[in-house]
Amino acid sequence: MSIRPPGPGARPALEDTLSGDPRPAEATATAEAFGESVILRTEDLSVWYGQKQALDRITLSIPRGKITAIIGPSGCGKSTLIRLFNRMNDLIPSFRQEGRIYYEGYDLYAKEVDPVEIRRRVGMVFQKPNPFPKSIFENVAFGPRVNGFRGNLRDLVERSLQQAALWDEVSDQLGKNALELSGGQQQRLCIARALAIEPEIILMDEPCSALDPVATLKIEDLMRQLVPRYTIVIVTHNMQQAARVSDYTAFLLAGEERVGRLVEFGRTEEIFTTPKDKRTEDYITGRFG
Amino acid sequence: MTARQMTAGVRLRVRKLKGVIFLLLCLLAVGVALAALLTLLVDVARDGVPRLSWDFINSYPSRFPERAGIKAALYGSAWMIAITIMVALPLGIGAAVYLEEYAGKNWFTAILEVNISNLAGVPSIIYGLLGLQLFVRAMDLGRSVLAGGLTMALLVLPIIIIASREAIRAVPPSMRDASYALGATKWQTVRQAVLPYALSGIMTGNILATSRAMGETAPLITIGALTFVPFVPDGPFSPFTVLPIQVFNWVSRPQAGFHQAAAAGIVVLMIMTLGLNLAAILLRNRFQRRW
Repeated sequence: MSIRPPGPGARPALEDTLSGDPRPAEATATAEAFGESVILRTEDLSVWYGQKQALDRITLSIPRGKITAIIGPSGCGKSTLIRLFNRMNDLIPSFRQEGRIYYEGYDLYAKEVDPVEIRRRVGMVFQKPNPFPKSIFENVAFGPRVNGFRGNLRDLVERSLQQAALWDEVSDQLGKNALELSGGQQQRLCIARALAIEPEIILMDEPCSALDPVATLKIEDLMRQLVPRYTIVIVTHNMQQAARVSDYTAFLLAGEERVGRLVEFGRTEEIFTTPKDKRTEDYITGRFG
Repeated sequence: MTARQMTAGVRLRVRKLKGVIFLLLCLLAVGVALAALLTLLVDVARDGVPRLSWDFINSYPSRFPERAGIKAALYGSAWMIAITIMVALPLGIGAAVYLEEYAGKNWFTAILEVNISNLAGVPSIIYGLLGLQLFVRAMDLGRSVLAGGLTMALLVLPIIIIASREAIRAVPPSMRDASYALGATKWQTVRQAVLPYALSGIMTGNILATSRAMGETAPLITIGALTFVPFVPDGPFSPFTVLPIQVFNWVSRPQAGFHQAAAAGIVVLMIMTLGLNLAAILLRNRFQRRW
């Protein structure tokens, strides 16, 4: 695997590490239909953990430079779906998938593709803030360091913290242990840490579920500032949050057998005002879930 | 509600009494353990402390009890412990990292795990016999401090592996997730996100293993460490003795003077082991992380 410094130079090298033919975008009832450029696309994607199926034939497109929310009740496979996009599920021994995921038209699960290289381009923020018990600076510098960044680390750290709207609060205490920050600050630090490797997509797995309402609003404001430069996919069980923050919404639902299926995908305001599927309407009006 | 309903009934009083009895039993258990330790300490200190002096620490053994000292044994112990640590530490941590981070879950690792746990319970004299055959004879190291250190390394290896694995397992999965999600490789994750935070636990285990090695006697007697050594080791191939052997030797002499010397030797040995245990506790508290 080749390690390149993050930055504009990284993009042309895409063809080296991601193989497979770029596929022409087929017209499905997904993002293409709304005239968006597609950055991530799944085709008949099914997932199993051992014998247990978790996702069933998900076909979905994620538009570039937008915020896409994935909503649905607990256990519908939202987190499983988002963790496919940076191949974090590979770390679970019993994980198995069928179907395809295309990132910029390249097959993410092709044999030659190195998950480590994918994770450099697709960053992730987790449910519970998980800063390393190191200084603020070292937390942000971790990603660039492991990726062999040669450049002005201090500038990169400052830029990342500014993008994550944390710089003004911590600029004079970069040496402080990250665990001394508040929960909301820790989560913004985790976002800064993800931004420091200059990914194209940021995955957020219920990033506000451990935060209070004020900290939640700050993260949501921050997300709006990060698009269209970055593409954001957010999993949330909070429908108000999906409605407030996202451009597009995908609604997942699991039946009796606990296998997640995509019910509906569309512009967020349409999903929340004029859903096409009865189940979507029932869910967003709070009749279940 | 009347006052009568607010006072404890007979059944509640019986339930509370049971709680008190249990508490007393627990206190008794603690008391017996503490009393035994205290008796030991006081008894040894009464015999040994008057005999302690700089001369005692800085003298070679002698056939005159009042002139005998532990210089050779102290140096021997230091040499042996140094060799033990240098061998057992990298091997033990390496094995623990492999078992926790790399080994898959299959019958082979299951067998490995059971065996390592069993090895930790094998009587130390067996390790002595192994060391005698392997190091002293087969590898022809003789009755050297190197053979002693290697034997002791084998003895503490399972303890170090088990303690290090516990420490590595205690690193929360969210740390590994964070590292992988930033594009770190497996080795980078182990090196930079797992080991630094398991380090205090690993070191604690190692220090405890070291203090165990310091007090072990049987395997060294088996491989033929000497009991009367009027010199300090001048290299890894030098014959040697260690503190517990010196104490053992003195205790088996008939003269009361040697028994006092033995008690003084025990005091020194205890101070060293307790010191190591204290260091382990301090280290653990010092580096305890909030997760």
